[in-house]
Amino acid sequence: MSISKKIVADFVANGVEFVTTVPCKQLGGVIDAVEKAPSIYHIPSNKEDEGMGLCAGAFMGGKRSAIIMQNTAIGVTVNTLVTLTQFYRMPLPMLISYRGELKEPVACQVEMAVHTKALLTQLNIPTYHFHHQGDEEEFDAILKYTFMSNKPVAILTDATFWGGY
Amino acid sequence: MIRSDILRAIAPIIRDKLVVCNIGLPSQELHMIDDQASNFYMLGTMGLASSIGLGLAIAQEKTVISIDGDGSILTNLGTLATIANNESNNFILLIIDNGSYGSTGDQPTYAGKKTSLSAVARACGCENVLECQAEDTGTALQLAIDSKKMTIIVSKCKSGNIKVPVITKDPVVIRDRFMTEVVSSDG
Repeated sequence: MSISKKIVADFVANGVEFVTTVPCKQLGGVIDAVEKAPSIYHIPSNKEDEGMGLCAGAFMGGKRSAIIMQNTAIGVTVNTLVTLTQFYRMPLPMLISYRGELKEPVACQVEMAVHTKALLTQLNIPTYHFHHQGDEEEFDAILKYTFMSNKPVAILTDATFWGGY
Repeated sequence: MIRSDILRAIAPIIRDKLVVCNIGLPSQELHMIDDQASNFYMLGTMGLASSIGLGLAIAQEKTVISIDGDGSILTNLGTLATIANNESNNFILLIIDNGSYGSTGDQPTYAGKKTSLSAVARACGCENVLECQAEDTGTALQLAIDSKKMTIIVSKCKSGNIKVPVITKDPVVIRDRFMTEVVSSDG
């Protein structure tokens, strides 16, 4: 099974039925797999804070939700993470492409990469970093941890993990 | 009429509906006028009332009314495209358009100048868009509820605020009692 299919199979096995996405080249495969999953309502967002609002609503409507986005979004969503997701204690798995790491071809991506973990730490967001293929084996446990703890949780996935560009 | 007059007028109509209410004075006013467990008050995060409401409407079958403002819609303008392309017939977006950022001191918004939010909503692909005067908001809202079609209402009113206390309820309490209402058998 491909990594993308395994990730989406874990979403489905953990009852995630509502996924919003803001695209990243690195996440194209997993977004395609979300779109094809019959039990998941896939709703593309224009911006990641909008997506977190959609997820908050779906969660209150009884559907487990998740967001798929790029790490640049951490810069966009600090206020939403703090005053919506965390303040109201809502679970939110955030599958994030960790752009600007090893094998990155675009210099500007590094500028956000150097802040990504520091920002997540500052926000007290539990953070997991998938660097080697096989790290996705923890994804199922991370989803269970997220819905147990009612917190936003970040899963950073870098270019080495995805096998380059 | 100002926003609080509209909220007072529509309170009996929305009392038994799931309501997601915009940050700041709109939530504080609704909380003072007619606090209900079926009201989700936004205490932070300007601009997301429509997104939360749409997500909620997609996730379950009860009617959801998001009460938003013109300034907040302008903050998250892409929401109108998302709404249009994810039609959910139990969703109503009521934009109370007073042409100003009421909660921060009535600074003018572009919606009070050249920009028409109803025209933007139509251009985004929303099919049922009603623009009405403040006095007609209750009628428009009831029509939208009865139609069972996703509807965007832009209610034009005067800017102005009344004195209201802040909401001191704990956010988790607001969220928990709201989620209890979502799964209750009535409404």
